[in-house]
Amino acid sequence: MARRDPDWDGVRLHVVTGKGGTGKTTVAAGLALALAGDGSRVLLVEVEGRQGIAQLFDVPPLPYEERKVAVGPGGGEVYALAVDAEAALLEYLDMFYRLGRAGRGLRRLGAIDFATTIAPGMRDVLLTGKLYEAVRRKPGRGRRYDTVVLDAPPTGRIGRFLGVNAEVVGLARVGPIRSQAQSIMKLLESPQTAVHVVSLLEEMPVQETCDAVAELSRAGLAVGAVVVNTVREPLLRARELTAVRKGLVDRGEVAAGLKAAGVRSGEAVVDALLAEAAEHAERVALEKTQRKTLAALGRPMYQLPLLPDGIDLGALYLLAERLCQQGAA
Amino acid sequence: MSGRAPALAVDPMLRDPATRIVVCCGSGGVGKTTTAAALALRAAEQGRQVVVLTIDPARRLAASMGLVELDNTPREVAGVDEAAGGRLDAMMLDMKRTFDEVVLAHASPERARAILANPFYQSLSSSFSGTQEYMAMEKLGQLRAEDRWDLIVVDTPPSRSALDFLDAPARLGSFLDGRFIRVLLGGARGGGRAYLKVLGAGFAAMTGALTKILGAQVLKDMRTFVVALDTMFGGFRERADATYQLLKTSGTAFLVVAAPERDALREAAYFVERLAAEQMPLAGLVLNRVHVSGAGSLSAERALAGAETLDEADDHPLTADLLRLHADRMRLVKREQRLLARFTAAHPRVAVADVPAQPGDVHDLHGLRVVGAALAEPA
Ligand SMILES: Nc1ncnc2c1ncn2[C@@H]1O[C@H](COP(=O)(O)OP(=O)(O)OP(=O)(O)O)[C@@H](O)[C@H]1O
Ligand SMILES: Nc1ncnc2c1ncn2[C@@H]1O[C@H](COP(=O)(O)OP(=O)(O)OP(=O)(O)O)[C@@H](O)[C@H]1O
Ligand SMILES: [Mg+2]
Ligand SMILES: [Mg+2]
Repeated sequence: MARRDPDWDGVRLHVVTGKGGTGKTTVAAGLALALAGDGSRVLLVEVEGRQGIAQLFDVPPLPYEERKVAVGPGGGEVYALAVDAEAALLEYLDMFYRLGRAGRGLRRLGAIDFATTIAPGMRDVLLTGKLYEAVRRKPGRGRRYDTVVLDAPPTGRIGRFLGVNAEVVGLARVGPIRSQAQSIMKLLESPQTAVHVVSLLEEMPVQETCDAVAELSRAGLAVGAVVVNTVREPLLRARELTAVRKGLVDRGEVAAGLKAAGVRSGEAVVDALLAEAAEHAERVALEKTQRKTLAALGRPMYQLPLLPDGIDLGALYLLAERLCQQGAA
Repeated sequence: MSGRAPALAVDPMLRDPATRIVVCCGSGGVGKTTTAAALALRAAEQGRQVVVLTIDPARRLAASMGLVELDNTPREVAGVDEAAGGRLDAMMLDMKRTFDEVVLAHASPERARAILANPFYQSLSSSFSGTQEYMAMEKLGQLRAEDRWDLIVVDTPPSRSALDFLDAPARLGSFLDGRFIRVLLGGARGGGRAYLKVLGAGFAAMTGALTKILGAQVLKDMRTFVVALDTMFGGFRERADATYQLLKTSGTAFLVVAAPERDALREAAYFVERLAAEQMPLAGLVLNRVHVSGAGSLSAERALAGAETLDEADDHPLTADLLRLHADRMRLVKREQRLLARFTAAHPRVAVADVPAQPGDVHDLHGLRVVGAALAEPA
């Protein structure tokens, strides 16, 4: 049923990370739609308790429950889930220990809050555990998905988040928690998982992308694509950019052009237009350098345009289409 | 550019000896670190003894300020113009180290060792959401107590919400004061014993469950940690409270930094309202990365019409492109002005300074001077 795609054939879990604010949630949603394109069923998961998915798809806040939020362009379905660490812990305790009332007692006591707060690691264990369950869902345990897309924590925390189960194996020497952690690690380190990094063509996001790629690779996790978001096309032609950068533009010719265009102008306007062109040329040059740095990472790169009117459902379909065209799905 | 908002008088604020602390807050990525560094440099070059506490600065900026050693103490920045008698020291916050230092300063050596080695402490000190904010406050308190500088400029940690800087320390405090901790402490604090009584046999069952789930060692570590921390807990709270009070005094100036974007301005508005509610002194809004045009009277519409005329005549292709580029710029300028106008309509008394978007990153003293000058220039 799943469509053969050129880049991520066989990947069941797509993790989308990136520096804060670069477009992780947007890209994750776009990717989920792209993957659902041909009739697949995709689960889009968020773990940061921010209801970013609900806002994006303009639906009421998601309960801790899988809800359909969109249909793919070719009839597939996108479901969404906002994982809540506390609820996941109770679910988990119930699954492994059948705690029943003691579980509720722990919650009343604040133990659940304590456990999920003091050890952010604990949170991550639960969240990755839930993710694992969704990917490896057994028949009869609820709806099954062809692929799962995670709107993941930002680059600064992604290594820790995905690596937490290795720590658990170190801490819990025996018992079901240990074997669960081992299974999760196995999934995350397998070719069924790909970690995509969203970046902008700016210094800090690019730096963080490079750092994250290095960290993930060291940890034995498969880095997927680098998604370059909010790409703007140069508004000047290549040779114009060169002329502007070298200060070779003929002012007289620009003034004549303005006159021919019927634009009332003086020296000041010519100066202003040339200054704007110079800034534009500088930015284009900087972006080119940043793009080169990203390309040197040797990962597939997808470009997504800056959509001037912001992101709504229509925009997500457009981004999904761009992702498909570039081989993401 | 700032509509009818009053202009933020940056230089008078920086020069006023009564200004002792400037705090730069704002949502993620808006330019808090850049603004903090630029203001600190400007104040130093106007003669003040300044220290800037930066948090996670971009690598090149850190390098240009000499912030290469992560030793958690301020170092003098080279290349500052000291003609006016000022100087600039800078440091980069090391959150875990600051936490360790607090532990070392407030617990007996033996106890401190036990805490530092505890796995729960390690997780709390390096990744509790809020620890960074808490430690920024702690460091600010320390710098202030050292009394070596007459102006401290504080950057705040990257976070989605500007409010986190104010809320996070309390979050850590209330967490450490939480119910479960009191239970773990058992008899160590009064509340714990009361809870135990209520819970009775249920508690034993639950401890049993916890032991089964987490293993006895984990529970033991947890308890040791909580007990050890409890002895120095009062100190924690007091210090955070004292710094919080310091922030309310008139020697403090909060600046809320925002980019001219909807989300950032909404965060800025929340922050402004919150400061007012807490009676904390807001100096104003820094609107960073604003777009401007030297040909503001040439509207986007007219520029585009001109470009079309040239296209039709198949003449002057470069000028046509320049006009389209200008139209694009003007649309951006107008959108940003509308966003600011909306903010100002809701918060008419908040003074505003704006900083034009530089074509490249701000990563050296020269760039910081440009930003500083833009901040000081009446909008
Ligand atoms: N291609 C795009 N064109 C226009 N706007 C975009 C684009 N991608 C993202 N945005 C906008 O940028 C902002 C940040 O995007 P988003 O929320 O997806 O980022 P994020 O990385 O998930 O942020 P956070 O770190 O806060 O979770 C949003 O306002 C979003 O609408
Ligand atoms: N006026 C400006 N023009 C151009 N670039 C700028 C401007 N202000 C800041 N920048 C750049 O934007 C990036 C983010 O700035 P900065 O690090 O100061 O933001 P921040 O609010 O401290 O971010 P964080 O929330 O991640 O700590 C940096 O690369 C910086 O050089
Ligand atoms: Mg997000
Ligand atoms: Mg910063």
